[in-house]
Amino acid sequence: MSDYIDHEYMVEVNNLKKYFDIPLGFFRTAKLKAVDDVSFFIRKGETLGLVGESGCGKTTVGRTLLQLYHPTGGQILFNGKELHTKEEIQAFRMKAAMVFQDPYSSLNPRMTVGDIIGEPLDVHHLYKTPEERQARIRELMELVGLSSEHATRYAHEFSGGQRQRIGIGRALAVNPELIVCDEPVSALDVSIQAQIINMFEDLQKKLGLTYLFIAHDILIVRHISDRIAVMYLGKIVETAESEEICDRPLHPYTQSLMSAVPSRDPETSRKSQRIILEGDVPSPLHVPSGCPFRTRCPKAFARCTEEVPLLREVAPNHFASCHLLEPKQE
Amino acid sequence: MSLLEVNSLKTSFLVRTGEVKAVDGVSFTLEKGKVLGIVGESGSGKSVTAYSILQILSHPGKIIGGSIKLNDEELVGANPSFIQKIRGNKVSIIFQDPMTCLNPVFTIGNQLMEAILLHTSRNKKEARERALEMIRLVGINDPEKRLKQYPHELSGGMRQRIMIAMALACEPDVLIADEPTTALDVTIQAQILELMKKLQKELGMAIIMVTHDLGVIVQMCDEVIVMYAGRICEKGTVDEIFYEPKHEYTKGLIRSIPYGSKKESRLIPISGSPVDVLNLPKGCAFAPRCDKAMKICLEQKCELVSLNQTHSSSCWLNIADLIDKGQIAPDESIVPEDKEGGTANV
Repeated sequence: MSDYIDHEYMVEVNNLKKYFDIPLGFFRTAKLKAVDDVSFFIRKGETLGLVGESGCGKTTVGRTLLQLYHPTGGQILFNGKELHTKEEIQAFRMKAAMVFQDPYSSLNPRMTVGDIIGEPLDVHHLYKTPEERQARIRELMELVGLSSEHATRYAHEFSGGQRQRIGIGRALAVNPELIVCDEPVSALDVSIQAQIINMFEDLQKKLGLTYLFIAHDILIVRHISDRIAVMYLGKIVETAESEEICDRPLHPYTQSLMSAVPSRDPETSRKSQRIILEGDVPSPLHVPSGCPFRTRCPKAFARCTEEVPLLREVAPNHFASCHLLEPKQE
Repeated sequence: MSLLEVNSLKTSFLVRTGEVKAVDGVSFTLEKGKVLGIVGESGSGKSVTAYSILQILSHPGKIIGGSIKLNDEELVGANPSFIQKIRGNKVSIIFQDPMTCLNPVFTIGNQLMEAILLHTSRNKKEARERALEMIRLVGINDPEKRLKQYPHELSGGMRQRIMIAMALACEPDVLIADEPTTALDVTIQAQILELMKKLQKELGMAIIMVTHDLGVIVQMCDEVIVMYAGRICEKGTVDEIFYEPKHEYTKGLIRSIPYGSKKESRLIPISGSPVDVLNLPKGCAFAPRCDKAMKICLEQKCELVSLNQTHSSSCWLNIADLIDKGQIAPDESIVPEDKEGGTANV
């Protein structure tokens, strides 16, 4: 199935948990289980797409992975090693970077583009002379398709697509191996999205990058990812190769998610049968017992209320967590 | 007579740095019971076109020309009290963000009944009945309870349903939906689109669907208008726009949608950045980003030319084709051969 000779996992996440305390009043808090028992891996040089609806915990997974949040439980292995000390985390920050969703609020309006891209270089002392810093900034700007003459301009002088390029340039400054892209194109116009997606693909080839690509647009995720993981209410419900999961989704949630995506072809749109889910996503403060999807699942039965389904291999390299997909026993 | 006729509508925002021609000569008609999609990128003037119909433009915006006729009655320059009677009654609107468009300090019931009391002769009790009926119609359970709730107590999808209920309470002839599902998740978007389609069939109203999402257009619309920099690039049925796009911008837009996985294809983006509305080019606004731009494209704007009964496009390349085929003569006023003097009809 795979054309990767090197099967080394760059990132391995085991039973990751991240709970937030939400104040309810004096001395009362509630646990918000943003990420609850999530395990996945990312191979070197591949793109893992993480999709799900708002509030499903996909951004929290990305941020916890980058040690921006301290995990409540579980294990994150980076190149086979767990990170404990401050020095280890500091070194890890040179290997992993993040591209944010909103190119308007993620760039400091008081800094020039050169300084924004150069800031990681300053923080990690990655240059010896000011000339070296300038040269590196110029190189990075050209790498992301910006003219290096614009280094003295401010972020507001650029369009949305160009700002996203600045954000990507900043992420590349430390020469990372892993980039977590948190909805990097959802704020952009359709015609610009394609430019940025192509650039992500080119940079991956050129620099051998590994991506965790978080997005809610399934068409884009399908295009850019090698494998896709689908999240629902803090849990991964299904993961497989991107074509496999898009063409043959097995979990009822993935099935309805895929069918909800409006087709861009009038003929298929007229023919397609949509599975319309009832109701809304429950609040992550009150996750239903058993399978988190059971309240909206058209196929739910008694066992779903009682038992949490485990993520298991239901087809070769295709994992899903649903009681219906378990092999029949006895 | 069409339900809604918009003729060379011009809406501008007069700002300190100049005039922003948000809508620059847009014409279309909407028939009863049809769904018209207006698609375009941010700044293309699609929302301003919709707001101009209801005359709810924010401050420096002003309709400076053209006409909008609803059931043969002119709306541009009409008495504000007349427009007030139309709004929410004959023409209603659903906005993009249901979180900000509901008033947080009034209950759902209060806000729903307001429109009904204002536009119909119902008394308070009847208005309440109507409100309950509307909440049921949009598929929300427990309507009695909802009437007493405040917007923050509802989820995003539910709020958008309330917005739809509010918009439809007076049985409008035209419903304008301005990016009605952009703020929602896909599964909720599917619910809302399905609901709108169902209600449209039941109530027989016409919908103007303003969106940037081509998927929503495909799923909902009969006809499509593609806008760029305040002008119509192309107009046609859904099949014409998606299967035989004629304008280079439409073609680019459709090409840039991801299809399949990366092993199969690479995306074909439209190069360059969106137009700066303050400094529109002299010729076709898309020409700086168009690979096939000719000399005339940079010099002169192309008017919308009909290619068949339903399909029209404003691209010089189409006109060149038509001349080649001998369908129009080169000396017609739309094709200024004398480029030097060429102010003809533009």
